[in-house]
Amino acid sequence: MQDLQDIIVSDVQKGVLTITLNRPEAYNALRTNLLQEMADTLDAAVLNDDVKAVLVTGGEKVFAAGADIKEMASLDAVGVMNDPRPTYWRRINAFPKPMVAAVNGFALGGGCELMMHCDIVIAGDNAQFGQPEINLGIIPGAGGTQRLVRAVGKSMAMQLVLSGEFISAEQGRDFGLVSEVVIPERTLERARQLAEKIATKPPIAVRLAKEAILKSYETTLDSGLNLERKAFTMLAATEDRNEGIAAFMEKRKPNFTGK
Amino acid sequence: MAYETIEFEITEGVAVLTLNRPQSLNSFNTDMHAEVRDALKTVKKSAEVRCLVLTGNGRGFCAGQDLSDRNVAPGTEAPNLGESIEKNYSPLIRTLMGLEMPVICAVNGVAAGAGANIAFACDIVLAAKSASFIQAFCKIGLVPDCGGTWSLPNLVGRARAMGLAMLGDKVKAEQAEQWGMIWKAVDDEALKDEAMKLAKHLATQPTKGLALIKRAINASATNDMDAQLDLERDLQTLAGRTDDYREGVAAFMEKRQPNFKGQ
Repeated sequence: MQDLQDIIVSDVQKGVLTITLNRPEAYNALRTNLLQEMADTLDAAVLNDDVKAVLVTGGEKVFAAGADIKEMASLDAVGVMNDPRPTYWRRINAFPKPMVAAVNGFALGGGCELMMHCDIVIAGDNAQFGQPEINLGIIPGAGGTQRLVRAVGKSMAMQLVLSGEFISAEQGRDFGLVSEVVIPERTLERARQLAEKIATKPPIAVRLAKEAILKSYETTLDSGLNLERKAFTMLAATEDRNEGIAAFMEKRKPNFTGK
Repeated sequence: MAYETIEFEITEGVAVLTLNRPQSLNSFNTDMHAEVRDALKTVKKSAEVRCLVLTGNGRGFCAGQDLSDRNVAPGTEAPNLGESIEKNYSPLIRTLMGLEMPVICAVNGVAAGAGANIAFACDIVLAAKSASFIQAFCKIGLVPDCGGTWSLPNLVGRARAMGLAMLGDKVKAEQAEQWGMIWKAVDDEALKDEAMKLAKHLATQPTKGLALIKRAINASATNDMDAQLDLERDLQTLAGRTDDYREGVAAFMEKRQPNFKGQ
C-alpha cells in the first residue's frame, strides 16, 4: 500500500484495526483520495485474518464534516458521471467484517453517510448529524437518501435531507441512527471496547450475522428468512459452533479458532 | 477589545466579570451581550483562569433585559422575543453552565427577570442581604427565560417555582438561602470579600475535577439514576487520570498540603 495521506491506519490490536480520518485542517472532509485510501485499507483488511473488526473514527473533535466542496466544484456533469467516488463507496459498503464508528462532533453530508456505512455507531454527546447537501443545490450522493430513511424513518429523513438541519446525538439515538451516546472523552474507548468484544466472537458467525442483517434492507422477509436459515445451517459445519455449544454445556470459556 | 458596559480582569487565576451599566441596574442591551460574550470567550480560552466571578456595579446586580431597547408601540408588529433569546440569552446560559471551572455569582443587589436566572445558572451564588430575586416576567405577560423554568423547580421545588413565576414576588436574599435557592446570604459590606475569598480558594483546587463535578450535577437534572451512575463512572475515569488526583492522594499519604495545578 502506498503512503497514506488522509487516514491513519493502526496496527491490529486485539483483533481490531483502527482507521482514523486525518484531515484536521479540513474537518476530515472526505476528498476522493481519502475514500480511496479507506477502500484500499478495507480491501486489504478483508484478506487479513488478524482483522476481526474495524473501528472508524475522526478523533475527539470531529468525525467528518462532509465531502470536499472544493474538489466537487471542479466537476461538470460529465466529470461527475465519470467520478470514481461511487466505486470507492461500493467497496467500503462491501466490507464483510463488522465496522464500529466512534463519532464525536460533526458527522455531516458524506461524513454522516460514511457513519451509516458502519454497522454500529457510538456517538459522543457533542455529535451532530445532518445532510446539508441541499444548501449547495445538490443532494446526498452516497446513500444519504437511502440509508437515512431506513435508520430514522421517512419524516425525519425528509426533514434532514430537505431542510439541511442538523440533529443532536440524543436525537440520533432516539431515532435509531446511533446505538449509544456517551461523553465525548469516552466515545473512542467505548467503541473500541465494543469492537474488541466483537473481535472475540467466532468470526464466521459474526460475518454471516452481519450479512443476514444487511440483507434485510435488500429483500423480502421470506427471502431474508431463507438466507438466515442457510447461514444458520452453514454454521453447523464450523468447528467454532461445536466449540461454542460444548463450552456452554461444560460451563467453560469457549476457545474460538475461526474454523 | 475595550469594554464600555462591563469590567473584566484576571488576577491569580480568578476572572472577575462585573456588569457595568449601573444607571439602568445593569440591564442587558445588545452591547452588553456582545461584551459579556467576548469576555467569556477569554475565560474559556485562557489556560490560567480557574474560577469566574460574576457580579454587578451599583445598587443592582442585573435587571434583565433593558426594555427601552424594545419597541412595542400599539399597532406595530409583535416583536420576536425568541430571536433575542436564541441569539443572546440562551448561548450565555449555555456558556456559563458549560464553563469547565466553578462560576461564582456575587449578587450585589436586585436580580430581576433574566438577571435572577443568570445568577441561578452559576454554580455558587452569594447574595448581599439587601439583594433580592424577582421573576418579573409574569408582570408583563412573559415567561421566565434564561433557564428559569428549568432551574427554579430544581432549586426550590415545583410549588415555590410556580408561586414565584406566577406571582412575581420578591425573594429577599436570606429567604433565598433558607429555600435553598442560593448558597449563602452575607452582609452587604462583606459580599465582595467573601466572594473573592471563595474564588481564590477555588482557583487553587483541582479545577478539572471541579469541572467534572459540575458536569455531573448539571446532567443529573435530566438523567435517570441508571444513566447518572454510568456518567459518574465515566467522569470518575477521567478524574482518576488527572495529575491533581495523584497529587491529592500523595499529599494525603505524606500528610502535607496538596499543590493542585488544575490539570
